[in-house]
Amino acid sequence: MAVLEVQGLKAYYMLRRGSIKAVDGVDLVVEDKSIVGVVGESGCGKSTLARAIALDITPPLKLVEGRIVIDGIEITRMPLDQARKKIAGVRVALVPQAAMNAIVPTVKIKDYIADIITEKNRDLTRKEAIDLAVKRFEELNLPIESLERYPFELSGGMRQRVLIALTTLLNPALLIADEPTSALDVSTQKIVLITIYNVFVKGLVKSILFISHDIATVRQISDRIIVMYAGKIVEIGSTEDVLHNPLHPYSKALMYSILTPELEVRGRIEKVESLMLIGEPPSLINPPPGCRFHPRCPYAMDICRREEPTLIELEKRRFVACWIYLNK
Amino acid sequence: MHMVLLSVRNLTKVYRSGLIRHKSILAVDNVSFDIKEGEILSLVGESGSGKTTTARIILRLLKPTAGSVMFMGKDIWDELRTREDLKWYWRHVNGVFQDPFSSFNPTHRIKDILLRVFNLFDENYDKDAKMKLIYEALQSVGLIPEEVIERRPFELSGGMRQRILISRIFLIKPKLVLADEPTSMIDATLRLGILKLFLKLRDELKSSIIFITHDLGLATYVSDRILIMYKGGIVEEGSPEEILKNPRHEYTRNLLDSVPKLYTSWFKR
Repeated sequence: MAVLEVQGLKAYYMLRRGSIKAVDGVDLVVEDKSIVGVVGESGCGKSTLARAIALDITPPLKLVEGRIVIDGIEITRMPLDQARKKIAGVRVALVPQAAMNAIVPTVKIKDYIADIITEKNRDLTRKEAIDLAVKRFEELNLPIESLERYPFELSGGMRQRVLIALTTLLNPALLIADEPTSALDVSTQKIVLITIYNVFVKGLVKSILFISHDIATVRQISDRIIVMYAGKIVEIGSTEDVLHNPLHPYSKALMYSILTPELEVRGRIEKVESLMLIGEPPSLINPPPGCRFHPRCPYAMDICRREEPTLIELEKRRFVACWIYLNK
Repeated sequence: MHMVLLSVRNLTKVYRSGLIRHKSILAVDNVSFDIKEGEILSLVGESGSGKTTTARIILRLLKPTAGSVMFMGKDIWDELRTREDLKWYWRHVNGVFQDPFSSFNPTHRIKDILLRVFNLFDENYDKDAKMKLIYEALQSVGLIPEEVIERRPFELSGGMRQRILISRIFLIKPKLVLADEPTSMIDATLRLGILKLFLKLRDELKSSIIFITHDLGLATYVSDRILIMYKGGIVEEGSPEEILKNPRHEYTRNLLDSVPKLYTSWFKR
């Protein structure tokens, strides 16, 4: 059974000057025991997708329509506050980018954990919650002493690792990691990523939705990659396929412009010469008609300007939304 | 590309802080290197490695505690003193920085910003000649002059603002360009286009370029030679191939090991 199923999801920011259609009709599935990466550039809607699925929905963000099923429970059928109480932290957990903002600064880590856990699971006493945390910290190779510290006493990387341990303490089915490493320097990024991977291989969560603009980081950990552009999914496939044989023109431009310190990179860049993008992603208040990428696409045809391409399964579990493939 | 354009010798910068109990921070520690004409060199390091301090000293914005910077045979701190000397220096050594927002007065139009560049020039141009050069420079960086010239910085996207800054360099035609994290605020699909402009700058104007970056991947793509900086000093020097294939210093090896790659994974997936 899939751990996450999303169908026709629309999540908009309702502003006075119009609604920003940040997630505008998204379908995706995260299978059991898998890590799925979501990539795209700033403003493509990937963080809004994370917030919507993690039920971190506060105005002006609004779930406009669509279905979200987590671990067999259709959360979009429940009232939001009830879903948040029953699901958030228990079945789905979110690790955001800047952990400092997520932890109350004036409380010791262990007291903070006790507060959160006893609220989420009323059967546990504070002592049991802290014992659980001690065990979990050992399992994830985190220093037990950090439980006695205040958040500001921990380094950025350690705060992020503590937050990962804390949010997964009740073994949620799905962990959503939204740019969990992007505020850190490179050596710390690796340690944080190892902690996330350990949460997965030790079976503390079933599956992970890993959101990042940094494709080389996503590549380390994900089985599959979803590419988003302007509020839509443009491509889905295995990590190897999307990385080395992208189909959508936007994915090609994105995948072939990654600069990692590897000798193979020069050869990749030759593939992007004809695809050098200009311009910016469109406004999500008034997105262009047809395919949202057409104003920047070197292959744009008439139909791309008029009609929106649907996401089709081109090969087994390989999806793309582009008229180049739909016309064939 | 054999002549040495700029040479840095035993450059040291110590920052002192505190009124009563003095605390010293060694930001740049005995750094020496040369840059040749037409060469692209990268200074790579994490925050606090001293790379930006080194760049600011070379731009003559910050005085070193010890050591020298020689440009075309002149010591930039001892021999350049008058306004005229400095005008000459910045005509030949100029920079492009990380945040295109902070580099411009937001109330000025792009036209005004670029016209001001002519203050660095000794030659006298009339208004038409100036505008013609500005149009050429904007075209060099892939912008349509008519579309941007009357606009103000905040009306343009980050990528366009960065192109404007580079058009300024095409206008000045300096012998040496210092580019401090020029693409770190720009999305990946636009980054490559901006980097290509620097390569064009080198090919067309024969300018030398010093890239200041934390991004080893970017450095191995654009540079002829890379200097790795750590705690104020240079720990390794080599061509991109040498650094990738045979990193000698432990810090470089750790850095390479920590950067996520496209062709390998740390985990069994």
